Amino acid sequence: MTLRLGIDVGGTNTDAVILNEKNNVIAKAKSPTTPDVMTGILNSLEKVLNKSGVDPGEIKYAMLGTTHATNAIVERRNLANIAVIRIGKPATLAIAPLTGWPEDLKRKLGKYVYVIQGGHEYDGREIAPFDEAEVKKIASELKDKNIEAIAISSVFSPVNPEHEQKAAEILREALGGDVEITLSHEIGSIGLLERENAAILNAAVTKVMKNAVHGFENALKEKGIHARLYITQNDGTLMSADYAVRYPVLTIASGPTNSLRGAAFLSNEKNAVVVDVGGTTSDIGILVNGFPRESSVAVEIGGVRTNFRMPDLISIGLGGGSIVRVDNGDVRVGPESVGYKITEEALVFGGDTLTATDIAVAAGRYELGDATRVQHLDTSLVERAINRIDAMVEDAIDRIKTSPEPVPVVLVGGGSILLSNRIKGASKVIRPQNFDVANAIGAAIAQVSGEVDRVYSLEQLGREKAIEDAKNKAIKEAIKAGADPSTVEIVNFEEIPLAYLPGNATRIRVKAAGYLKA
Amino acid sequence: MVEIKRLDEQAIEDLALGATVLGTGGGGDPYIGKLMALSALQEGHEITLLDPKEIPDDALVIPSAGMGAPTVIVEKIPRGTEVMNAFKVLSDYLGMDVYATLPIEAGGLNSTIPLAVGAKAGIPIVDADGMGRAFPELQMTTFHLYGVPATPMALADERDNVVLLRAANNYWAEWLARTITIKFGGTAWIALYAMTGKQLKEAAIPGTLSLAQKLGEAIRESKESKEDPIDAILEVSGGFRIFTGKIIDVSRRTTGGFARGEAVFEGLDEHKGHTLKIQFQNENLVAILDGEIVASVPDLITVLDMTTGRPITTESLRYGYRGVVIGIPCSEKWRTPKGLEVAGPRYFGYDIDYIPIEKRMEGRE
Repeated sequence: MTLRLGIDVGGTNTDAVILNEKNNVIAKAKSPTTPDVMTGILNSLEKVLNKSGVDPGEIKYAMLGTTHATNAIVERRNLANIAVIRIGKPATLAIAPLTGWPEDLKRKLGKYVYVIQGGHEYDGREIAPFDEAEVKKIASELKDKNIEAIAISSVFSPVNPEHEQKAAEILREALGGDVEITLSHEIGSIGLLERENAAILNAAVTKVMKNAVHGFENALKEKGIHARLYITQNDGTLMSADYAVRYPVLTIASGPTNSLRGAAFLSNEKNAVVVDVGGTTSDIGILVNGFPRESSVAVEIGGVRTNFRMPDLISIGLGGGSIVRVDNGDVRVGPESVGYKITEEALVFGGDTLTATDIAVAAGRYELGDATRVQHLDTSLVERAINRIDAMVEDAIDRIKTSPEPVPVVLVGGGSILLSNRIKGASKVIRPQNFDVANAIGAAIAQVSGEVDRVYSLEQLGREKAIEDAKNKAIKEAIKAGADPSTVEIVNFEEIPLAYLPGNATRIRVKAAGYLKA
Repeated sequence: MVEIKRLDEQAIEDLALGATVLGTGGGGDPYIGKLMALSALQEGHEITLLDPKEIPDDALVIPSAGMGAPTVIVEKIPRGTEVMNAFKVLSDYLGMDVYATLPIEAGGLNSTIPLAVGAKAGIPIVDADGMGRAFPELQMTTFHLYGVPATPMALADERDNVVLLRAANNYWAEWLARTITIKFGGTAWIALYAMTGKQLKEAAIPGTLSLAQKLGEAIRESKESKEDPIDAILEVSGGFRIFTGKIIDVSRRTTGGFARGEAVFEGLDEHKGHTLKIQFQNENLVAILDGEIVASVPDLITVLDMTTGRPITTESLRYGYRGVVIGIPCSEKWRTPKGLEVAGPRYFGYDIDYIPIEKRMEGRE
C-alpha cells in the first residue's frame, strides 16, 4: 500500500487526511490551529494516525500546507538576518531598496543594503557591465555579520538573469552554502521594486521555513513515517522540502488554494466558483481549468507591495463561529467569531453565544448539536440572519465571477453547513463528500509544477520559437521539481504584448504541472 | 511675501492618490514618482509648491516628465539625475537658469515625477500643470494651445546621455522623442515646453497639484471618519455623481498602441434599471447613460470604488466591480475651439459636439 498524508493549516483549525492509492479518504481529523502553528500540526497528525489505524510505514508521501511564512512576515517574528543587493547602477538610484516599507520591518531587514552596477535593458543589452570586484568587496564586508540569507535583484532579470546568477556564485563561494540566496527573477515578474520586495521577504523567511520543515520531518520520523515531504505553494502545486526552504514566500495563501484544488478534485468541476467557509472567515475563489485564477493586481503582504503570483480571492468575515447580534435594529453576522471554541460556546453545543451555526440549525439547514436550544429564537431574527449570510456569500460570488452567466458553485470547509443549496448566480450547488477537509485533501492530491515568465523579442526569435522555448523551460522546471515527465502538461499560457516597444517585445508566461514521480 | 508650501510624506501620499482621480482611468501609476519624492525627502531635500502667481514674468520655467513604455518605467527605475542633466543642457542652450519646474499632466505617473526633480535641483514646483488631468500624447497640453512649443526639449537617460531636440512642430516633437526613447532602452526623462513666467501664467492650469493633494486627503480622511468618500471627492472637485452600478461586461482591444475598450455598468440603488457605458482609450473618454451621452472628453470621467472611493484604472475594470462613475469639469482652457480641436470628442473619433458636464447634468442629479 502507498498512502498519502495531507495536512493544511487554516485560521481556525488544522486539518489532516490520509488517502489511499485511489485517493479515497481513509481517515480525517481536525484540531485547533495553535499560535506556534507546529503544535497544531502535530496534534492533527497524531489524531489522524490514531483514527486511521494504518501502519505509518505505508505513508510514502506527506504534503503540508502551512502558514509559517505568512505569520513570520505579518507578526515580524523569527526573521532571518539578511543582506539586500540590487544590481542596476547607474539606473535605479532614485529609489533605494525598501523605500515605502513599514518602519519596523525596514529596521529588521534593511541593515545591509547595497546597490551595485550592472543590470539589463528590456532588449537584453547591459545597462552597465557586471563588476565582480564590487560583489567580492560586499562579501568580505558581510563575512563576520552572521548573515543568514541574501536577496539579490537585477534590472530586467526576468529577461536576462545572468548578473543575479553571477553575484550569487561569488557570494556563495565567499560565505559558504549555509547562506540562503534568493534571486528575484525566480520569484517575481516585471516591476523591479515589487519583485525585489518579494525577494527580500523571501530571504527573510527562509529561516522560519527551514525550522518548520525540520520540525515536521522529525515529527514524521518519530511516528515511524518515512515519507517524501512536500510543501504546498499558492498556485495549487507542490514544492519539495528543499525547494520550499529556498522559496518560502510562495507558500503565502497556499491554504485557500488547497481548498480550491480539493474542491476541484472532490467535485470533478474544473471551472467553478469555490466557497470555503471556515470557523471565522470564508474565502471565495474561482477555478479555471482546475487551478485557481491568479490575481492581476499588486499584492500587499505585511504592508509591503509585491508582484509575485497569488490566487485571486475574496475573503469575507463569515464562518461557522461568526457571532450574530442585533445592532440598532440591523442583524449583523461576524466578523467577530468564537473560532474553534464553537463546540463550547455555540447555543446548540450548550454555550450561550448566538453563532451563525445556531442560525443554520434554527433555520433547519443542518442538524447539529441540540436543536431544542435554538427553538426559542425569534423567527424573524433567524430569517434576517439567514438572509444576511446568503447575501454576503452571493455578493462575493458575483464579484469573483467573470461574466453574468451562472456557474457551478462548490461549497467546502466545515462552516459551509451555513449555506443553502439555492444560491443566486449558481448553475448548480455541489457539496462534495468530505467537504469539511477539502483543504487537506487539496494538499494531499497536489501536483508539481514549473513556471516561466519572461520577455521575448519575437522579431529576433519568431513567435512560435519563443512560445516553444517558454513551454520547454516550464516543463523542465516541473520535472526538476519532481514531476513524472509523462504526466506533465501546460496548464496556463499567457502572452502579453508590451506597448511602446519595438522588436515585438512580448511577455510570455507559461506554467506546466504533472503528477509526482511514483 | 511669497507663500511657500512644503510637502511632507503625508502630503505626497495624498497627492499621488488624488492624481489617480485626475488620471481618469489612465496616465499610469503615480507610485514610482511618489517613491522618488519620498526618497528625496529622506535624503534631506525639501519639496516646495509655489503658486504660479509668485513666479516672476521673466523667469524660466521648465516642465519635467517621464516618457516611454510603462513596463520599462517600473523596471528600470531612474538614477534621479536624468532631468537635472536635461535641465542643464536646456538652460545652457537658452542661456538662463531654471527657476521652477512643474508637471505637464496632473493625472497619473507624471504628476509626481517633478516633485523629486524640484527637490534635488533645489527649485520649487509650480502648483499647476498643462492638462488638469491625463492625456496620452505630448501635444495635448494647454501649453500647446497657447503657442508654447514643446521644443527645444532635452531627453536624458541614466548614463548621462542627453539629446537636445528642436522639432518643426509639436507633432514632430512627439514622433522624434519616441524614437530616441527606444534607443535609450524604452524610457527617457524629459524637460520640455520651456517657457517664461509670463507664458506660464497664461498657459498653465493653476492649482492642480494642490487639488490632487486635497482629493487624496479627502479619500483618506473620509476613511478615517467613516464618511462617504464619494461625497468628499465631489465636494473637493466640484464634480457630479453620474452613476452607481456594477460592471456587467468589459471588452478591450489594442489598436495603434492604445488600449481601447468599453465597460458596461448595470445600475444599483437610485440607478436600478438603468445602464451606463464607458468607452476608453487608456483614459475614459465618454459616458453613455441609457444610450445618451452624459459626459465626454475633455471633461474628466473617473470610476471610483463604491466603498473606499479609490479610483479604478481602465486596466483593472472587470466584471462584478461596484463603482461610482463621476464627472469633473475640465479647465475652461480646454473648452475653446482650439482646445476642443486638440482634445475634444472629435479628436478621439466621436462625431459629437462637446457639451460641458454641468450642462449635461442639469436636472439629472
